Amino acid sequence: MDAIDAELARAQEERKKMEEALAAGAPMAVSSVTFDTDLYGGGGSDPNRFAGYDTSIPASEDDAPEDDSEAAVNPAARRLASYTGHAVAAADIPRAAEDDGLPKKSQRIIDREDDYRRRRLARIISPERHDPFAAGEATPDPSVRTYADAMRENDLQKQKEQLLRDIAQKKKEEEEKAKEKKAVPEQQPVAAPKRRNRWDQSQDGDASAAAGSKKAKTSSDWDAPDATPGIGRWDATPGRVGDATPSVRRNRWDETPTPGRMADADATPAAGGITPGATPSGAWDATPKLPGGLVTPTPKKQRSRWDETPASMGSATPGGTGAATPAGYTPGPTPFGGDNLATPTPGQIASRGPMTPEQYQLLRWERDIEERNRPLTDEELDTMFPQEGYKILEPPASYQPIRTPARKLLATPTPLGTPLYAIPEENRGQQFDVPKELPGGLPLMKPEDYQYFGTLLNEEEEEQLSPEEQKERKIMKLLLKVKNGTPPQRKTALRQLTDKAREFGAGPLFNKILPLLMQPTLEDQERHLLVKVIDRVLYKLDELVRPFVHKILVVIEPLLIDEDYYARVEGREIISNLSKAAGLATMIAAMRPDIDNIDEYVRNTTARAFSVVASALGIPALLPFLKAVCQSKKSWQARHTGIKIVQQIAILMGCAVLPHLKSLVEIIEHGLSDENQKVRTITALSLAALAEAAAPYGIESFDTVLKPLWKGIRSHRGKVLAAFLKAIGFIIPLMDALYASYYTKEVMQILIREFQSPDEEMKKIVLKVVKQCVSTEGVEADYIRNDILPEFFRHFWVRRMALDRRNYKQLVETTVEMANKVGVADIVGRIVEDLKDESEPYRRMVMETIEKVVANLGASDIDARLEELLIDGILYAFQEQTSDDANVMLNGFGAVVNALGQRVKPYLPQICGTIKWRLNNKSAKVRQQAADLISRIAIVMKQCQEEQLMGHLGVVLYEYLGEEYPEVLGSILGALKAIVNVIGMTKMTPPIKDLLPRLTPILKNRHEKVQENCIDLVGRIADRGAEFVPAREWMRICFELLEMLKAHKKGIRRATVNTFGYIAKAIGPQDVLATLLNNLKVQERQNRVCTTVAIAIVAETCSPFTVLPALMNEYRVPELNVQNGVLKSLSFLFEYIGEMGKDYIYAVTPLLEDALMDRDLVHRQTAASAVKHMALGVAGLGCEDALVHLLNYVWPNIFETSPHVINAVMEAIEGMRVALGPAVILNYCLQGLFHPARKVREVYWKIYNSLYIGAQDALVAAYPALDDDGDNIYSRPELAMFV
Amino acid sequence: MQASDRFNINSQLEHLQAKYVGTGHADLNRFEWAVNIQRDSYASYIGHYPMLAYFSIAENESIGRERYNFMQKMLLPCGLPPERDED
Repeated sequence: MDAIDAELARAQEERKKMEEALAAGAPMAVSSVTFDTDLYGGGGSDPNRFAGYDTSIPASEDDAPEDDSEAAVNPAARRLASYTGHAVAAADIPRAAEDDGLPKKSQRIIDREDDYRRRRLARIISPERHDPFAAGEATPDPSVRTYADAMRENDLQKQKEQLLRDIAQKKKEEEEKAKEKKAVPEQQPVAAPKRRNRWDQSQDGDASAAAGSKKAKTSSDWDAPDATPGIGRWDATPGRVGDATPSVRRNRWDETPTPGRMADADATPAAGGITPGATPSGAWDATPKLPGGLVTPTPKKQRSRWDETPASMGSATPGGTGAATPAGYTPGPTPFGGDNLATPTPGQIASRGPMTPEQYQLLRWERDIEERNRPLTDEELDTMFPQEGYKILEPPASYQPIRTPARKLLATPTPLGTPLYAIPEENRGQQFDVPKELPGGLPLMKPEDYQYFGTLLNEEEEEQLSPEEQKERKIMKLLLKVKNGTPPQRKTALRQLTDKAREFGAGPLFNKILPLLMQPTLEDQERHLLVKVIDRVLYKLDELVRPFVHKILVVIEPLLIDEDYYARVEGREIISNLSKAAGLATMIAAMRPDIDNIDEYVRNTTARAFSVVASALGIPALLPFLKAVCQSKKSWQARHTGIKIVQQIAILMGCAVLPHLKSLVEIIEHGLSDENQKVRTITALSLAALAEAAAPYGIESFDTVLKPLWKGIRSHRGKVLAAFLKAIGFIIPLMDALYASYYTKEVMQILIREFQSPDEEMKKIVLKVVKQCVSTEGVEADYIRNDILPEFFRHFWVRRMALDRRNYKQLVETTVEMANKVGVADIVGRIVEDLKDESEPYRRMVMETIEKVVANLGASDIDARLEELLIDGILYAFQEQTSDDANVMLNGFGAVVNALGQRVKPYLPQICGTIKWRLNNKSAKVRQQAADLISRIAIVMKQCQEEQLMGHLGVVLYEYLGEEYPEVLGSILGALKAIVNVIGMTKMTPPIKDLLPRLTPILKNRHEKVQENCIDLVGRIADRGAEFVPAREWMRICFELLEMLKAHKKGIRRATVNTFGYIAKAIGPQDVLATLLNNLKVQERQNRVCTTVAIAIVAETCSPFTVLPALMNEYRVPELNVQNGVLKSLSFLFEYIGEMGKDYIYAVTPLLEDALMDRDLVHRQTAASAVKHMALGVAGLGCEDALVHLLNYVWPNIFETSPHVINAVMEAIEGMRVALGPAVILNYCLQGLFHPARKVREVYWKIYNSLYIGAQDALVAAYPALDDDGDNIYSRPELAMFV
Repeated sequence: MQASDRFNINSQLEHLQAKYVGTGHADLNRFEWAVNIQRDSYASYIGHYPMLAYFSIAENESIGRERYNFMQKMLLPCGLPPERDED
């Protein structure tokens, strides 16, 4: 201790000295300040500081990372550039994806979740349950949690919430009553206008006002689905509240507004209990300003915040209602008396008004967070720090502890709150700044990982730990490796976890894994990995998981509602595996308590999980249970969830519900007449889902629900009606024509009534149902035309509908569906005028509809007058557009012009005038669109015999080839291509011989769109009109084309390679080939690969004999790349020429012999693939002699280990099987099938197996005759029979 | 399993064995292979009607009898398996 004191004193002394020096203004010598040498290095004195760094950055990015497996297997192969399918495929992956230079988005799951999804964190990982299967007949140990316990707990929880709600309700009513009483004497003299404001509903007297408000109250109680009926409104003693009021009021008025009080005033309004958004000032003046008519007399609004206070006060007074809260909310826990009013502690808020489940949730949260964040007490600090080496210092005299009551109050631990579980002996080994180097090659921990993996940092002796602890440590190490490790680390760790799963045991494994998944900072990737661990472990543990089913579900269920599709799939997979491992009974036992959980989130996820169980174990297994749940008398929640399970099953399984459709419908049908509105709604939605899944079958299963549904739409309003309509919309398409027509007419009245509903959701559903009804067979066009269309257009074809994206889409779809029934003219006639509407989004919607209708049904319906209007409108809309990212106008224009065909002829000059004018526009977008329009209507122009006009447009476009915006240039090239295609090479203006030289420089352009359109155009000319251009020009183009082989886009490379073929055909292969063969020497791999393809194509188009001599001659160049390129070309060549190869096989055999004996692996690989293509091409053409000869060269390569080589060799042998017959290969095989060396046998059996799979039957005749062996008869005498 | 097998059909060797009973492996012994050969042969005879007709003429049996015989022979075509020496 003394030593420590001395050291402290010394340090203080030193600091004091320093401060003095500073105060005296002494300059600080920089050198005297000591740096952390570990961090900043030795100040330049250390020459080895940069030893581990690269001193230069490689100039080329050529050496792409190789396939790691290949590298591992064969280091030699790594050094050799190989032409392989995989590498080629990899080259096609767009490279921009990885390095787009944008800042990386947050990967954490929690950052993209909404509040609802975040509620997963509020769930508790329940303790493991009793497994009755494992226990057999034995009664469960009382310490083990059984199904009964879980149910009881759930029940208790429900009762608690109910009680809380009741209390809150009662309190509110008391308040109201008090207010009613007081309102008369106090409000009257003070503010007359205010009173009118609030009470104007009741014209005379207070009694009627009270009655009115009471009525409103009760009715709203019954409406609210969550509300419990029969509140003891009259139980409240009126006296007490009255007593409390005056003093409190005085108190409040006298008080100066502290921030805390403002918050209180904020929190008081009953509307939401807590409305953090409302500013206090707004709340204060809000009431008087409101016009009287707008204030609805809902009980919530009626309550004045002035009158509110007594009730909340009541909670603070000991013995008041607050004390009665069973939840253990703080019943006046602080010694601050009236002060605590100022701070709305959760407890107070709770006792203030009725709360939604969300608020309860929030509360639970807050309580939890406060518990966790409370300051550490002295005792806790004592346990944390070692006794030795620390000294408790006196706080400095200047230290002022926080005295603000508000903050103080929050800081006080709530007396009744359950103390959180704390691990007393845990030494977290917290590292505050720099992550400590971890022992044993463990990956780095993130700060948030210390909580879970902190113990790994203690480098205690492993032997000192008990076996259990050692096991735990091992699991933690492996998990950390999986979570944060490198891919190889992760892989081995995952394998170890899987292999040792049973050894570790289910308990320790899940106790470590599941909390990790609840970590709030989890990232997608980490979650994926951990879920993978669970999946693997589940598979191994099998029935041992039973006690942990609920635990796992708590963690996995949230995945089912994740926004990420793959997370949802992953979640489904786990739950499906879990239910297969644990069995139906355990799954039901684990999830049953959650079915009527008070939390909607829990019920929702449970329903989804149940649907997964149903799909894993089959619907029939679950039917009895579902039936029982859906008929639950105890709670509407259970019925609701049961019916929701059916809905989820339908959504998840689709048409697989068909065999069980009848029973599923029977299970839920009574829900349509349930007393609870939510149950009715979900029942209708479930029926909709079932009908959608069953379509177009299964109408007979819905017979029983037709009547309630159709009756229901007459009696319901709002949400329920929407749900009912949705169900009807999905059922009608299943019906026979006759019934469909009848039922449509029934429902249509309601639908037409709801056309004018202002509710967005209702609008969407109505539109959808109309679409479904209209598209059904049996609904007559006349009926639609006369009864639906007028109202439909009046209500829906308004500008406002174009503003919301989903409305817009739905409306277009529905209208198109109607057009399918009533024809083009009716629909287009109604909306064509709107093409000149002043609202652009609306015009766009009109255009899109017209486009779809016309594209579907053609334009034969359109008469001359409408045609005129249409073209006029389209031209107007096209010219007036300001922004069109989705090309709606362009597509619409194209569709209409193409549909009208020759009828456009009179309008073409006008259209072309517009196009020409717009091609000259200063906006690039407009120019681009004009060019695009040309390519769309070129065919129609040809149909109208407007070749002169097109020639004119061609010249105009030609003049615009100097365009500098690449997007526009690309479109212009595309337009030129369209014109050339339509009018042909000879009639083209400008003539091809002028056009092509103009294109050559454009080939240098690196923009993808330009490249693609340009190469297409050049290729087209090379194909059809090569003779118009001198050979020299084509050679020039050939050189440009070589550059294009570097393009990222596969389409461009393919077009380029094809163009080589055309050019070679036009000017002869020699020059082109020379260019290409030279290009084999380049470094870039992709370039070489494309060159080899081009050579093969040239050979194909100009016959192989023109190419082969030069190609084979090139093989003599002693350069790896060139030789491989030649072999690769040969491989492609024989692939392309197929059976033409029989004339060339003898010519190339010596070359292939040489290549197959080469020391270089890639030589042999490529030669093998050439042999394969050759063999497949000449099968059955009598080249067996050459092929057997080649097979003898291929065969020794079967022991290669490099994946690409062995693949090529095996494929060559497969090719030989086809060409030579399986018997030959079998005879090659027989020598090794029973070889003494296992390595050899393995390879030979592999060949045998692929041979067997390929030609099982044909082998029968070729099997060797085996000698009989004692009792075993191996001979096959049947084959020796002779007639 | 070798790295090279990852890309081809042998990567699912177990699956392959289940699908094609006749495929083999390095530990297959003479008897097992012979059983596969015999069964494949009989299956082939039964599957090719002309073969069946040929055999029935040669054996002076009806085609149906011949087919029945072949099917019966597919059970234990080579007799009982020899004792495995444990090593």
